[in-house]
Amino acid sequence: MVKYIDEYRDPQISNSIAQSIKKIMPDSAINLMEVCGGHTITIFKYGIRKLLPDNLNLISGPGCPVCVTSNDFIDRAIAISHLDDVIITTFGDMIRVPGSDSSLSKEKASGADIRICYSPMDAVDIAENSPDSEIVFLGIGFETTAPLVAASILAAKSKSLNNFSVLSSHKTMPQAMKALLDSGDIALNGFICPGHVSTITGIGMYEFLAKDYKMPCVVSGFEPVDMLETIFMLVKQIAEGRSEVENQYVRSVKPEGNTKAVKLMNEVFEPTDMPWRGLGVITGSGLKIKEKYQDFDAYKKFQVDFPEPKEFPGCICGDIMRGVKVPTQCKLFKKVCTPEDPKGACMVSDEGTCATYLKYASLD
Amino acid sequence: MCLAIPMRIKSIENNKATVEVGGVEYQAYLDLLSDAEIGDYVIVHAGFAIEKLDEEAALESLEIWREIAEFSEKRQGRKRN
Repeated sequence: MVKYIDEYRDPQISNSIAQSIKKIMPDSAINLMEVCGGHTITIFKYGIRKLLPDNLNLISGPGCPVCVTSNDFIDRAIAISHLDDVIITTFGDMIRVPGSDSSLSKEKASGADIRICYSPMDAVDIAENSPDSEIVFLGIGFETTAPLVAASILAAKSKSLNNFSVLSSHKTMPQAMKALLDSGDIALNGFICPGHVSTITGIGMYEFLAKDYKMPCVVSGFEPVDMLETIFMLVKQIAEGRSEVENQYVRSVKPEGNTKAVKLMNEVFEPTDMPWRGLGVITGSGLKIKEKYQDFDAYKKFQVDFPEPKEFPGCICGDIMRGVKVPTQCKLFKKVCTPEDPKGACMVSDEGTCATYLKYASLD
Repeated sequence: MCLAIPMRIKSIENNKATVEVGGVEYQAYLDLLSDAEIGDYVIVHAGFAIEKLDEEAALESLEIWREIAEFSEKRQGRKRN
């Protein structure tokens, strides 16, 4: 028995919670958005939707970092990979994401030195062992990942490495959730808030959504029991006319978050305006490297030119990221766009909405 | 991408721990934690332990649901009889 996992996959408890949801479910339709791509996987993998009342809809949101990365970023990374003596290091998810004309995996096949890392610290190790090369780490991910990348920059600094830098496309979640609500494109009744982002940040950052937007928010874990309990807590809030920030994932998320990690993140990064696929540029939703650490900023280190970014014709990843459309409404889905030959980012990452729909279609 | 898995700390050397889940061992940096000890369960993301798991908090809500599940099972059992 694996502790902290098996008990949260107990079918008896899951069924019991599903029955409790049905008992308190109002007659009107409820639309909940799972913001995090990891939650989309939980919902599909464990067939959660089949356990829920028909008038309860789960909508996938913009919480897959690879999927919301703009083509501009990928095109820039590809342009940097063409420079002499550069090694691009990246999380595996990024490598197959199509940019405007190519992807990192295609460039790798053509001879560019592009390596997959499990951790940003692996990239620091490569920098230490390859003093004649420039190591560029592609910094993608939300508040969960940014502190680790900050730690890797501090590690590179303490080792006096001058051949390590980060191309940061880190993003922060609350601004995107606000932008979704401000757009008025979708009618939501509550947010299933990301568990590991909140493990770092704490739960206070969602307060404005509950207070100003009257939006019930529950921070959730990633196992089926977690997800069902979260949905129960949200439906209960809605049935009782409350809009509060609650925490289902108490075993990992402290109200104040991981203050040491936040301090590290704030030491290295500061807020900046950031483009999101599907959502456009959102004010203050990104993290850029502070002036103090500019020697580690790949934007400053490598000046590259590349053509104006363009999207694959017909791809509706942007609409899917906003929760406005579902993958089955895309003409390319399963026909032209497949996991083997993805045309849009949502088909690439394991937690991309299109990839998840395709992988678990038989369970839904 | 924010995937993170609960693992148990087996040993610690400087700021690095050997962590284990289901018999598989990984290395995890402890830079983001201030009080990790051998035997603790931590959530590991991209090579870093990002938080220590709170056992008491974990059991509390699970117990409540387990009781509800057992109660409704007994009730259904009575109905069937």
